[in-house]
Amino acid sequence: MKNSLADRSSGGIICAALITIFFFSGPLHSQEDLVSLSVKKIAPPSSLLATDHKYDNGNSISLSWVPSIDDALMNNPIVAYKLYRSSNDTEPNLIAELPPGSSYFLDNGVSTDNSYSYSVSASTNAYEVLSNRTESITPQSEWINYNKKYLFLMVMIISGAIMYFIVSAKRGKELFVRKIAGLEAIDEAVGRATEMGRPIMYIPGIQDMDDVQTIASLTILGRITRTIAEYDSKIFMPVARSLVMTAARETIKASYQAASRPDSYSDDMVNYITDEQFGYVAHVNGLMVREKPATVFLLGAFFAESLILAETGNSIGAIQIAGTARPAQLPFFIAACDFTLIGEELFAASAYLSGEPMQLGSLKGQDVGKAIAMFFVLLGVLAATVSAAWDIELFNNLLDNLNELFS
Amino acid sequence: MLLLTFSDIGLIVTLVIIAAGLGLILKLALKGKEIDRRIIFIFIFFSVASPIIFQIKFSEKATAVVKSIYDKIDNLPEGSKILISFDFDPAMAPEVQPMAIVLGRHALIKGHEVVFMSLWTTGQSLLTEIINEYILPDFPEKQEFIDYVTLGFKAGNEGVLKVIATDFKKMFPVDNNGRPLDSIPIFDGVKSCSDFDLVISIGGGKPGPKEWILFVTDPSNIPMAVGVAAVIAPQMYPYYPAQVLGIMGGVKGAAEYESEFIGNYERFKDMKTPGLLTMGPQTLAHTVIMAFIIIGNIIYFRKRKKEAKS
Amino acid sequence: MRRNIPLAVTFVVGMLLIVSVFLPPIETIGEDFGVFFSIIAVFAFFLGGGNLIKVHFGKIMKKSNDWEFSLVTVVGFFAMLIIGLFKIGAPGDISTSVTAEGSYFQEMFVYLINPLQSTMYALLAFFVASASYRAFRAKNREATILLVAAFIILLGRTPLGMMLTGWIPESFSIFQVPNLAVWIMNSPNLAGQRAIMIGISLGVVAMSLRLILGIERTYLGGDDKG
Repeated sequence: MKNSLADRSSGGIICAALITIFFFSGPLHSQEDLVSLSVKKIAPPSSLLATDHKYDNGNSISLSWVPSIDDALMNNPIVAYKLYRSSNDTEPNLIAELPPGSSYFLDNGVSTDNSYSYSVSASTNAYEVLSNRTESITPQSEWINYNKKYLFLMVMIISGAIMYFIVSAKRGKELFVRKIAGLEAIDEAVGRATEMGRPIMYIPGIQDMDDVQTIASLTILGRITRTIAEYDSKIFMPVARSLVMTAARETIKASYQAASRPDSYSDDMVNYITDEQFGYVAHVNGLMVREKPATVFLLGAFFAESLILAETGNSIGAIQIAGTARPAQLPFFIAACDFTLIGEELFAASAYLSGEPMQLGSLKGQDVGKAIAMFFVLLGVLAATVSAAWDIELFNNLLDNLNELFS
Repeated sequence: MLLLTFSDIGLIVTLVIIAAGLGLILKLALKGKEIDRRIIFIFIFFSVASPIIFQIKFSEKATAVVKSIYDKIDNLPEGSKILISFDFDPAMAPEVQPMAIVLGRHALIKGHEVVFMSLWTTGQSLLTEIINEYILPDFPEKQEFIDYVTLGFKAGNEGVLKVIATDFKKMFPVDNNGRPLDSIPIFDGVKSCSDFDLVISIGGGKPGPKEWILFVTDPSNIPMAVGVAAVIAPQMYPYYPAQVLGIMGGVKGAAEYESEFIGNYERFKDMKTPGLLTMGPQTLAHTVIMAFIIIGNIIYFRKRKKEAKS
Repeated sequence: MRRNIPLAVTFVVGMLLIVSVFLPPIETIGEDFGVFFSIIAVFAFFLGGGNLIKVHFGKIMKKSNDWEFSLVTVVGFFAMLIIGLFKIGAPGDISTSVTAEGSYFQEMFVYLINPLQSTMYALLAFFVASASYRAFRAKNREATILLVAAFIILLGRTPLGMMLTGWIPESFSIFQVPNLAVWIMNSPNLAGQRAIMIGISLGVVAMSLRLILGIERTYLGGDDKG
């Protein structure tokens, strides 16, 4: 009873909607059409198709359908499309509600162990009309994701170039690597601390060992502490992560051993402070002001604390060598430090300092990647500009292809 | 008759004092003397504190990049599901908390179902504080679990995001108070993040908005909006408008959103607007910084002239 | 041996993670490794926490320089740990959320940690001013461009920008300072940032390859000889 009342009231709404359309659209509908439509329910969505989503682990099924013809009407009565899924021919469950106009859905809640059938309904505020149910489908798992073929190609080219230069460097080919001022200054900075009899402070950023910047920082630490051990200077290193503490101790210990000064090493060189960003900063700032290190290294992943640390270092007159791959923090380091390693220079530093041909070769390989990036940037700018200005088909297609390549 | 309010008098007094102080320093600068950093600090302290004390506010107008977030929330049909992640700590809170408050209010007044969560350890306490003290008092009619729910903090950084992108309940089997998600009405029909109509991440560190875009909303094509600390805003622009529909950057972003919100909702006309209030200190502090940059250059050119002569 | 095992682990895991991007059956392996890392990091915290207590307890015992600060650290550490662990003051039983309204943990968070962290972050306002004063000087052509850009951004981020240039007609609205500021952020700044990001990404690739192939082994505490 309740339903039929509701049907009638929504029928009234539809009727009103159609009358509006009638007045606005001229003689498209006859009076007879209106009467017949006003008592009809809305049309169901049709041609529901369930297909296995390609190149996945068998955990998704693509669904597409043709929306109800009533969906295009003015004062659209449809409020949602409801998707139902039945697994292994059991009772269907509602899995999603989509807004009017929808015609596609990717069901990620499936597995290769079951078979599924689907139906979709167009739903008004009062009732819903169901489509036909699809055939049963079992999702398949594929071994290779061919959608990522271009990414694979890119990985191969760039990695291949890096490997090529590593191998040719190993064979003795001379490679030119430009001078990096910040790294050239390390010896001088360590020497200055030794002369002044003051310690060196090393801050490896505030991220854990799962951040590649922290690893890069520890590789540089290994090289720097070798020099520090040789000069017999003092180093102290407050850290914000426990794992970094253990890794840094190992690194420094090995450097002291390599410099034949194992007795000078002490675990107290590296101390864990706190994971809490500004608690750490407060401690480090206090330490800087009290211990007055002659040289401060700020190498790793830094966030809002970068300027607070660098300005405090500046105020005590320390030589500061900083480096990070967080672009937002680079301006602060450049403003407050003597030398700054910008982005990639942080990752190149260890290889650069080692002077080893194989390591330098890997830096050279990066240039191939840069050349490729530059080529595509120029091509993309050209295609987008010409396409926007003159709408030439060749360039429109080029732009589409580039978009597909990098999507 | 000219009527001056408390704020107007405060603004005039502040400007006079700052101008007089800067005048004195300029006099020293013309002699080529460098300024001690502590003097700069005093000026900054004064220019930040006085607008707060005198409640000096400036008007704001929403720019397109902020307005798009406002319009999205305003135009979503009632009952839409919105996920708001508070990915910040108390340190960043003064800058981004105003965004969290106004977004929460806007989503609730429009009748959306809001899920709050955090990827930061300290986010859990902030969630409790912001929701209970700033948002809910204005909505006594809203019911937990039906209109909003707090999931709290979950450890695992990007790992959490990768999981909830495909299976929400795998990472959050229960809410902040230990209630199973299966028994929470908001989560009916929610399997993954794709079932939300809008995801908003407010933060600036890591994990934060960038990780949300990379691991969740971009791969699954979910509408995403971000609120970030001003210093992070430039990094968000590459994602706008394809991957994020709008960006609120720093207190200015918050202030723009607040002005749009209070302008359109009579009920909140007189609400506290921390974003707009913080624009006072920002405006004066920027002015003072610009003044010191000019003074710094005067000193530099004086010195250069002296060196050239000698 | 001591170094070969970590090198082998690095190689196997590194290669596995690279190929997992292209192989759907193992595409979620990265998430699993992420979870393993979180678990290991939690255990490592005992090392960190232990070290913290050892160092500061030692300082207090020896009454060495600034031992009072160490006392504050140790007391703070245990106070927060005990209050959080036993959920002191929290309404209801032990299953209640540690941050529930009324719990001492939440109170300490709101009234201690919150203002302390905000204070540290607020130092930025002062340091930004002193750093800008020193850094933005028209020493050469590039520095002058930087100086002008800084001025536009500083003005554009405040209502002053609109007050000063709001009179510029709509057809030339790009010259209004706030719009000019957005343009600087969106175009020249973004172009530079993207170039840096491309460089960083390639740097990470090269660094990762050096690590996976065992060419770079300093982080394992070893020397660089193959």
